Amino acid sequence: MSKKFLIPIGPYHPLQEEPELFKLYCDGEIVRDIKWETGYNHRGIEKLSESKTYDQVFFLVERICGICSTSHPFAFANAVEEIAAVEITDRTKYIRSIIGELERIHSHLLWVGLAGHFLGYNTVFMWAWKYREPILDLFEMITGNRNSYAMFKVGGVRRDIENRMIEPVTKILDDFKKKNDLLTGAVMDDPVIHARTKGVGVLSRQDIIDYAAVGPTARASGVAIDVRRDDPYAAYPLVNWKVITAEEGDVFAKAEVRLLEMYESISIIEQCLQGLRKEKEGDIQVKVNEIPEGIGTGRAEAPRGEVFHCVFSDGSNSPLRHKIRAPSYSNIATFKKSCIGQTISDATISLAAVDPCYCCTERLAAVYDSGSGRKLYNARELIGLSADRTSELRNKNDLK
Amino acid sequence: MGFKSYCFKKSLWVFHFGGASCNNCDIEILDCLTPRYDLERFGILLVGSIRHADVLLVNGSINRKDKDRLLELYQQAPKPILVVAIGACGCTGGIFAEGNTFAGPVDKIIPVDAYIPGCPPKPEAIIAGIVKLVKSLP
Repeated sequence: MSKKFLIPIGPYHPLQEEPELFKLYCDGEIVRDIKWETGYNHRGIEKLSESKTYDQVFFLVERICGICSTSHPFAFANAVEEIAAVEITDRTKYIRSIIGELERIHSHLLWVGLAGHFLGYNTVFMWAWKYREPILDLFEMITGNRNSYAMFKVGGVRRDIENRMIEPVTKILDDFKKKNDLLTGAVMDDPVIHARTKGVGVLSRQDIIDYAAVGPTARASGVAIDVRRDDPYAAYPLVNWKVITAEEGDVFAKAEVRLLEMYESISIIEQCLQGLRKEKEGDIQVKVNEIPEGIGTGRAEAPRGEVFHCVFSDGSNSPLRHKIRAPSYSNIATFKKSCIGQTISDATISLAAVDPCYCCTERLAAVYDSGSGRKLYNARELIGLSADRTSELRNKNDLK
Repeated sequence: MGFKSYCFKKSLWVFHFGGASCNNCDIEILDCLTPRYDLERFGILLVGSIRHADVLLVNGSINRKDKDRLLELYQQAPKPILVVAIGACGCTGGIFAEGNTFAGPVDKIIPVDAYIPGCPPKPEAIIAGIVKLVKSLP
C-alpha cells in the first residue's frame, strides 16, 4: 500500500535559475497533483511603469525578463506606436527583427542546454551554452551589451546596424550555422534523449486550446499560432519564412520545434541583412512629438510565445495604465495536464518543457491555494501595500 | 594567515540565491560555469545547499516575500561565509528600488562583503569581483 506524500521543488532550488515553488503530490512514484506558488519574483513593474516617461519605460520593460529582453520592448513599442499612429521606417523594421530573431536563437539554445541538464545530460548543456556565446558576442557587437540591449524607442531604434557591420555579422552567423547543425543532429538522433522525451508530458491539441497555451508549446501540438504571421509587425511580412509545427505534443516535439525554429531565425536574419543594404544608412527613427490620448495594444512573438502589452494614455508623457501579459502565464497552467500521471523523474522535464519564465509571469495580484482555500495575496492587500508605502514615504520625507 | 583566509584558500563552493530579479544575472552566473569561462577549473562549484557553501551569491532586488527567506538562508550558512551582491539590483535595488514590494537592498538585510555592479555584469566582471574579494582577505 503506497503512501501519499508531497515533494516540494524550490523556491530556491539549484536546478532553477529563478525562485518558484512547485508542490508535487505523489502516490508512490506517480505524480497525482501539482500546485505551484509564485510571488517570489514580483517587482510591481506595471505600477512602476506609470511613474516613468515613455522613453524610460523601455528600460523598465526590458528588465521584466532578461532572456526575452527584446520581446517586451517590442510589444510596448507596437502598443505606443499604435496610439501615436506612427509608421516606422523600413530600416528600423529590419533592425528590430534582427534583434528579435537573434534573441530567439539565444533563448532556444539556452532552453536546449537546460533541458539537457534536467535530463542529467550535461554534455548537451555545456555544448549548447558554448555555441550560444557567439550569439552573445553578436549582441555585444551590435548593441554594446550581452543581455539587455536598450535598442528600442518610440518610433525607431537607438543604434544603427551600419552597412560595414553586415559582413562580420554574416560571418559569425555562418560559423554558428555549422555548429547548430552539429547540435541539432546530436540532439535529434540521440537514443537516450529519444527514450527520455518521447511520449513524455504529452499535450493534445485540445489541451492547448483549453489552456490557451501559446508559442512553441502550442506549435509542438499542431496548433500553428504565431504572432509574427497572424498579426504581422516589424519586418516579418517583408521576408520569407514559415511557422514550424509538430504533431506529437510531447517533450521531444517541443525540442524539435525549437531547434528547427532556429534555422528559420537564421534565415530571417540573413534576409533582413540583405534588406538593410537597400535602405539608407542612419534612417532609423521617426520623430514622435506627442502621444495622444487613447488605448494601444501591442503584440510580439517572444521565444516562449505571445507577449501582449496594453497601454492607456491620457495624453501626458507617461502611461496612465500599462497591462502586461507574458506567454508563460498561460503556458504554466498546462502543467496540470502534462505532469499528472507521470513519474517524478519525468515530471521535471515536463515542467521544463514549456520553458517557463517566472520573472515574465509575475504580474499577478490575487493568488489562491485551491487545495486549502488559503488566500496568499489578494488585490486589495496589494493595493494596501502600495498605500502603506505611500504613507511611509510621506511620513519619512515629511510631505503633506 | 588568519583563520578566515585559511578557510577560503582552497576551492570555493558557491550557493546562488536569485531574488526578484530579471534573470539576466542568473544566466550570467550560469555562464561563468560553462565552457568559455569554466570557473570549475579553479574549484569554484555551484552547490545545492547553503550548508555546503563558502560564498553566497545574491542577485536581484529583494521583495517582501524573499526577505525572510534570505535572512533564514544567511542564518543557516556555516560561518565564516562571504556574501557577494551581484548586479545593479543586488547592490542598490536598481530600477526596482521604487517598487511597492521592494524590501532590500541586500546590504540592509545581511552584511555584504563585495558588490559587483552592472546590468548585468559580464562574466569577466563576476570573476574579477570574486578574485578581488579573495585577495582582499587578511
